[in-house]
Amino acid sequence: MKVAIFPPNSMILADMIVRSGHEPLVVQKQMQKKVTSPDLDAPPFNMTENDPIDGLKYAAIEVPSGVRGRMSLFGPIIEEAEAAIIMYEAPYGFGCVGCARSSELTVFSLRRKDIPVLELDYPTSRDDTIEMVHKINTFLDMLKDKESDSDD
Amino acid sequence: MIKIAQLSCGTEYSGVQKEIEKAAETFGAQMVMPDVNLDDIDEAYEKFGLSCASSSLKLMIARAMSLVEGKNEADAVFICTCFRCAEAAIARNEVRRLIQNYTDLPVVTYSFTEKTKASELFIRMEALTTIVARKSVLAREKQEGLTLGIDSGSTTTKVALMEKNEIIGTGWVKTGDIIGCANDGIAQALEGTDYKLDDIEAIGTTGYGRITIGKAMGAKLIQEEISVNSKGAVYLADAQKGEATVLDIGGMDNKVITVNNGIPDNFTMGGICAGASGRFLDMTSGRLGVDITELGPLAQKGNYRNAVLNSYCIVFGIQDLVTSLAGGASKEDAASAACYSVAEQVYEQQLQEIDVREPLIQVGGTSLIAGLVDAVQDILGGINIVVPEYSQYIGAVGAAMLVSGLKDSEVDDSKRFK
Repeated sequence: MKVAIFPPNSMILADMIVRSGHEPLVVQKQMQKKVTSPDLDAPPFNMTENDPIDGLKYAAIEVPSGVRGRMSLFGPIIEEAEAAIIMYEAPYGFGCVGCARSSELTVFSLRRKDIPVLELDYPTSRDDTIEMVHKINTFLDMLKDKESDSDD
Repeated sequence: MIKIAQLSCGTEYSGVQKEIEKAAETFGAQMVMPDVNLDDIDEAYEKFGLSCASSSLKLMIARAMSLVEGKNEADAVFICTCFRCAEAAIARNEVRRLIQNYTDLPVVTYSFTEKTKASELFIRMEALTTIVARKSVLAREKQEGLTLGIDSGSTTTKVALMEKNEIIGTGWVKTGDIIGCANDGIAQALEGTDYKLDDIEAIGTTGYGRITIGKAMGAKLIQEEISVNSKGAVYLADAQKGEATVLDIGGMDNKVITVNNGIPDNFTMGGICAGASGRFLDMTSGRLGVDITELGPLAQKGNYRNAVLNSYCIVFGIQDLVTSLAGGASKEDAASAACYSVAEQVYEQQLQEIDVREPLIQVGGTSLIAGLVDAVQDILGGINIVVPEYSQYIGAVGAAMLVSGLKDSEVDDSKRFK
């Protein structure tokens, strides 16, 4: 199953999803497409003025350009997502969108979709961390069961 | 290579980072991102005291703190964030204050959209690099020899001929064909003197058409209007020592520049809405059936409170004017309200972004509209405003004055621009 994550660049969450046999939808893949595509000229991200315009599909014209630019990357991930794991209050090192307004809109867009969503707070103790890993694994197993049911 | 520290949020995701870098490179500068450790970000922004939800703004603050604490070096600072982001607007302004309070670095702030192009940033980058690279030229306080300054503005082209620290001729032409207008202005300035164009020792150009005219005329100095105008203003107002603020409400954009000992150390430029420009007053005088030169005295006789005119847009502003006149407002009151409206918008959009330092030197063609000067003074609580003689020629005078310092040097800006 295709699982979106928030923060959308969290390698830890992505790794857990891969280990469970699912496909993580991460922003790095979207960026890779831009970096390796020819005819683009704005390294390192190869974002151009057209990206915030593409982001209009997900955010209105009144929304700042940086939010719309981010949404041009996150939006296709959200569209593709069949499930999502959202982590709140994560430190920068865990994964980071950089912009509070983009975070709000991304989380809102994931919640709005009719897909299974696991929402968690970033753990602050060892016990909380163990519980968090357990919750994620249970959620991913549940997705696997759901996938097998639909295949049957 | 001049290093400009970039303190920003959203430039990459807006697709404008390359435009910023291109603008800097055009003027021989390089954008640098001050290095900060991930672990230092929280500490820096907590020390700064502004709580931001966006981590990129926290990074921007941490980068600013690293400059202030001397952990990173730069010659100038460019602060920019997304247009319309309220959180970023607060952070941008506070970071600007921090840099200005604790360093001597020239600072420029800007809010961008995805449509921001390098050409819009040219004047800001050029001004930053000029302030750093031409400090000695900007330190000049007297004009020498026979020099000519051309200010090719959006509405009018101004020319000043100077000799031995005196203005001996001026030209004033409505801008149309850039080169043709400059030639007409030069002819006006030379009229009544015994000089010909060939006698002039050096030419300096500024304003929108500065590069085109400068290249065509072999100008030794081609310089943006921020540094040139501020120099011309403090020269004409005899305020070369100490602090001052220069306010130029132009035909298309407005500039507010703070100056310390004749060298600009901060400025803002506005121009998104024509409702806050000289163009609006030009249209108002047309609607009132008076010449623009009569608008100021007319406004001084009126009371702005008797006419509602507070639109932020030139189209709606004129609609307000028509409605007010239809509602019985007098021409005097409408003229006063138009001046007050422009002054109020300049205050709200620009003067609040800068620490206004007395005296305020009001310049440009609009400074001749006495009603507008009164309105600015009123809005700023009775601040000391100076309108020097030749205030409408400050760009041309500044260019003529500054280029006199280059007339015997190897510097030739006409060869600098391709």
